[in-house]
Amino acid sequence: MRSNTAVISVRDLVVGFGDVTVLDHATLDVFEGEILGFVGGSGAGKSVLMRAIIGLVPMRKGTIEVFGTDLRAVGESELRSIEQRLGVLFQQGALFSSLTALQNVQFPMREYLDLSPRLLEEIALAKLEMVGLGADVRGKFPAELSGGMVKRVALARALALDPDIVFLDEPTSGLDPIGAAEFDELIRTLQRTLGLSVFMVTHDLDSLHTVCDRIAVLSEGRVIAAGTIETMLAFEHPWLKSYFHGNRGRQANHQAQNQAQQQPIHH
Amino acid sequence: MSAVSLTATADGERVALAATGAWTAERAAELEKIVDETAQLYETARNVDIDLAKLERLDTFGAWLIERLKRAFTTRGSIARIVGFSDADRALMEELRLVNQSPRQDGPAANGGVVALDSIGRAVAEIDRSLVLLAHLLGALTTVALRTLAHPGRLRLTSIMHHLERVGWRAVPIILLSTFVIGAILAQQGIFRFRSFGADMYVVDMVSVLVLREIGVLIVCVMVAGRSGSAYTAEIGAMKMREEIDALRTMGLDPIEVLVLPRIVALVIAVPLLTFLGSMAALYGAGLVCWLYGGMAPDIFLERLREAIWLPTFEVGMIKAPFMALMIGLVACVEGFEVEGSAASLGLKTTASVVKSIFLVIALDGVFAIFFAGVGM
Repeated sequence: MRSNTAVISVRDLVVGFGDVTVLDHATLDVFEGEILGFVGGSGAGKSVLMRAIIGLVPMRKGTIEVFGTDLRAVGESELRSIEQRLGVLFQQGALFSSLTALQNVQFPMREYLDLSPRLLEEIALAKLEMVGLGADVRGKFPAELSGGMVKRVALARALALDPDIVFLDEPTSGLDPIGAAEFDELIRTLQRTLGLSVFMVTHDLDSLHTVCDRIAVLSEGRVIAAGTIETMLAFEHPWLKSYFHGNRGRQANHQAQNQAQQQPIHH
Repeated sequence: MSAVSLTATADGERVALAATGAWTAERAAELEKIVDETAQLYETARNVDIDLAKLERLDTFGAWLIERLKRAFTTRGSIARIVGFSDADRALMEELRLVNQSPRQDGPAANGGVVALDSIGRAVAEIDRSLVLLAHLLGALTTVALRTLAHPGRLRLTSIMHHLERVGWRAVPIILLSTFVIGAILAQQGIFRFRSFGADMYVVDMVSVLVLREIGVLIVCVMVAGRSGSAYTAEIGAMKMREEIDALRTMGLDPIEVLVLPRIVALVIAVPLLTFLGSMAALYGAGLVCWLYGGMAPDIFLERLREAIWLPTFEVGMIKAPFMALMIGLVACVEGFEVEGSAASLGLKTTASVVKSIFLVIALDGVFAIFFAGVGM
């Protein structure tokens, strides 16, 4: 499913606020059909890089290409059509609090597509079901939903227009381990079903082990390493070593190995 | 973009449908029409094959419409199959086979008249509910106030001073300015009308009675409701949204004592002071206009003022002020506690707070008018 076409390519990106330089010549590729896990210490600028790609944060230097197009060089209408192919799941969900779950999912469709009310409702309900929510949440407002449900509705909204790339900002933060594992599974399933490329900012070592095809590591404003989990484990860098070989890292690694060993029995 | 189509080959009760083109979100409206028409056209078909082999692209929208087409046939008892999809689309078709299975639960469309009656009924019930809430808070506040009187140490002086500065001191300039202008306008209009029948002097009577009894306190209350009542509602509402009020409760603190009492005490102190300042500013404005526009010397104005009013005129206005302050504060806090999770609800309640408190201040003014007429003031 993975190909060697880069859907996002970031070259020598420099982003700063005032005197602080957050990203210093960061370079990164996201390939079509992969789930890229993006890690780094708190405050390292993971979210900033994500926001720079989406265009929420201005950049100082470098280029960002999405689907081979430099978003800073295209006109308004082309930019809109590319933005429609991107879906974003914000860390806190960012659901519109005055709209119901169903209306939140319908919102992008209403804006961009000319659909009949019946189709609009059916598709939105289908998306809610695809993220594992029943029809009973349709009329609920975000304030009435649990944290896990908010994330799911937000994911359904991110998928509303059938995007090609989905950005997930710490999708499993604030979820209990079981909920987080289910969410990882959901991301995996949806990625396969819809053929998505996924850019996932995360802190969750379990997610890195179970769902990510590749991992990129941000440190001191640069992407210091990118590759599979095995490459990461072998990599000699103090921050990486303490991240993957610390207590929590070892446990996640151990679990993943157990799973890998058990897999032949399943099939 | 290539054309989308659904071509049919019918052979008696057997129909083979072949989909071509990109069945994606951008074409969804067009596709829906094609799908519905096809389902209607081949109503009698008993055996339907939907062939996806010639599709260029398929996304959730297209896949759902194909699934919907299939269901249109199967619900009539026909046999419908989807064939020829690629491996990449298999998972998507499989996923959509499972969705929207529960029957749609739309009731019959509501009658317009019933809807109107329903909303009137709800509005009336809402008035009732908000009066009950107001009484609740007044009761709770009284309890807390009495408890505080018994233990004066529990009174939050710092908080009261903080709110006094915000709702009292910082409101002084705008209150002075607006009442000054109102006084001046009243005097100008009075002089203009009264002059035609030579009753210039009575302008002073009109303005002073009006300002001291009614206008002064009303203008101040409207300003305070808009300025401070709305702020109270928004603050308490935002605290409620962020669970700060629940946090207070779990620490064993009474939100009424911590949040409501200091705010209302500050208002009850500030509004009479502001009313006094406002009334003086209005009289000053009136005097200035009488002098510059009406040609009435200041000492004559003061002389006339002394004859026109007596102490009760001033007292009527001042007695009303703290009660109106209490009303504004209660409404603002009640609405604040009513805020629910959403940003829209915060806006709605803040608006309701201002509108309700201004209306209730006017209604209260009416009650006071009857009362003062009764006691002869």
